[in-house]
Amino acid sequence: MQKITADMLIEKAVSLLEAGTISRVLGWKKGEFDYDVTPYVFADAESLKKDFVFDDFCGANFSKYLVAETRKAEGKVLVFLKPCDTYSFNQLLTEHRFDREAVYAVGIPCEGMADINKIKEITGDGISSLTSKGDKIVVDTIYDGEKEVDFASVLAERCVSCKSKKHVAYDELMGDEGDITDSARFDEVAQLEAMTEDERFAFWQSQLSKCIRCNACRDICPACTCEKCVFENPESPVENKAISDSFEEKMFHIIRAFHVAGRCTDCGECSRVCPQNIPLHLLNRKFIKDINSFYGEYQAGAEVGSRAPLVDYTTEDIEPGEAVMKGEGENA
Amino acid sequence: MRKCSLDNLQKVFALIAENASLYLPVDKVGGAVFEKWQEGTSYSNALNTVRSAKDFFFPQTENMMEFKTKGKEIEVVDTRDEHEDFVVFGVRACDVKSFEILDRVFLCEPVDSFYANRRAHGVIISMACTRPSETCFCQTFGIDAANPGADISCWKTDSEIFFEANTEKGEKLLSSIAALTEDTDEAAVEAQKAKIAEIMKKLPLAGITPDKFGGGKTSEFFNAPQWKELSQSCLGCGTCTFVCPTCQCYDIRDFKTNDGVIRFRCWDSCMYSDFTKMAHGNIRNSQLERFRQRFMHKLVYYPENNEGIFGCVGCGRCLAKCPISMNIVKVMKSLGGEA
Repeated sequence: MQKITADMLIEKAVSLLEAGTISRVLGWKKGEFDYDVTPYVFADAESLKKDFVFDDFCGANFSKYLVAETRKAEGKVLVFLKPCDTYSFNQLLTEHRFDREAVYAVGIPCEGMADINKIKEITGDGISSLTSKGDKIVVDTIYDGEKEVDFASVLAERCVSCKSKKHVAYDELMGDEGDITDSARFDEVAQLEAMTEDERFAFWQSQLSKCIRCNACRDICPACTCEKCVFENPESPVENKAISDSFEEKMFHIIRAFHVAGRCTDCGECSRVCPQNIPLHLLNRKFIKDINSFYGEYQAGAEVGSRAPLVDYTTEDIEPGEAVMKGEGENA
Repeated sequence: MRKCSLDNLQKVFALIAENASLYLPVDKVGGAVFEKWQEGTSYSNALNTVRSAKDFFFPQTENMMEFKTKGKEIEVVDTRDEHEDFVVFGVRACDVKSFEILDRVFLCEPVDSFYANRRAHGVIISMACTRPSETCFCQTFGIDAANPGADISCWKTDSEIFFEANTEKGEKLLSSIAALTEDTDEAAVEAQKAKIAEIMKKLPLAGITPDKFGGGKTSEFFNAPQWKELSQSCLGCGTCTFVCPTCQCYDIRDFKTNDGVIRFRCWDSCMYSDFTKMAHGNIRNSQLERFRQRFMHKLVYYPENNEGIFGCVGCGRCLAKCPISMNIVKVMKSLGGEA
């Protein structure tokens, strides 16, 4: 369970509201069940006390919401940022997507977030309540009464391979600062690289053919903040709402991965929201892994204003031919 | 009523598949999907498929015709392929009801012949639900998960499966598998129905009621202040519309080929920014307006035009899949729809 509680965050938010430091709070609103929280802008202490939650199901990354929210009203918006969210926050600032002065950022520690689908795989459907207790989650079900699951066994995939418990941006930090973790996040990419071309093609074919083109991956992505996406622009020759064939579907995801390459912080929101459970983050991670091996370690969003290797030039840059050979060598 | 042992289910599938393509829910990584039965394909016990069963009659994308040009000649090519007989097994009560809602749209004049042909060629075998999810609220719309309907209703126990034909098509199909089934009384099915009825009362969404909504309520809800906060976090993606069994909007597009165009239609979403873009401009310029449209359509406009029938079947897919967990239940509750 989380070390920091909703009450502590509410207290912080209320005191900042009362001091006039902020005018509103971007936070998680209680849902119908115990896992379906909705991003919400709270304007007063009353609504915060009534509906604000923070628990093991608050995975949503709020950084992107700041793009629209900072334009909406006067005063500062308070945003609570988990360590991984701070990378998206910095990356958006690097790209001048919102006014830093319009935000008051409070860093909060995160113990990883639970994945409701993993819980349901263990307990089955029919969940009436969820209560976090230490390293367990107590799941009350309609059919089999109470069941306990290990928090560690139901951690969201992206949290299993968490890249950092350290916040890279905040105005104020609550709780203890963590460290950049030694994650195994590239293991899955290495497994894909170890496949033959045919196997890899079959893997992506089976995954991407599930796509229903709902665009949730694009719409949630903090790196996808174009005012008008090329795929949604009737003036564009590639605008379409659905597949005309399965090849085109792959193109959408590959083009999107290219577009966010070097800017994707690996927050994992794309895979979290995919209604078809396609592991979209693996496409982006492949790019991150390649950038690291071709140009040296680079983490998008680690700092504001850094120039990503793909939009920078140094005389030490790898030659295109060399990159291809290196890529082929790794894939052989 | 007929029954057969679960051990014989694969034989039943094989017999049905002799005369028509048979589709049924199959477990896959990431959730159950409808797939064509082949020898060895096993039937999923999942409560519901990720995508609804509407795809069988209203696929996400379908080619309508093709134009080929050669010099100044234009050839029109018929690309239609909706004349295959097929059977869908294991459709839940909510999805069965969704066909009725779609029928009222596609089968009224002018009849949509693509949809009509698929309807004519399809036989639907439903399956009663024994373990509804916390996200289920079909009973809100008068749907009985224990009496799923369609051409044939099915009930599954630990050892047997029970069949009851509801239509002529269903009778015909049931008689074609008569050799593998036997007559039975209704005791086991009645017992299951009673058990399901008890479960339905315990579901967390049992108190959601549509009574406040319906035809003639446009002015009551259209300018409700709640829309602003309900829609404020909506991403404008199409997840809710594409997993919804009753969303029926589509677009028709031309895909340019080397020597002509393929005209196809594909699902569209009222949540998309260009959904209502017309020659003069766009009538819904904010996400609030688009969001409101989706829920007003299901709760007010559809019943207004269809004798009070609501445009939602309570399958709960949008509750499970919306990236921000905003959904029709939260909308109904916010607007006063709770007993």
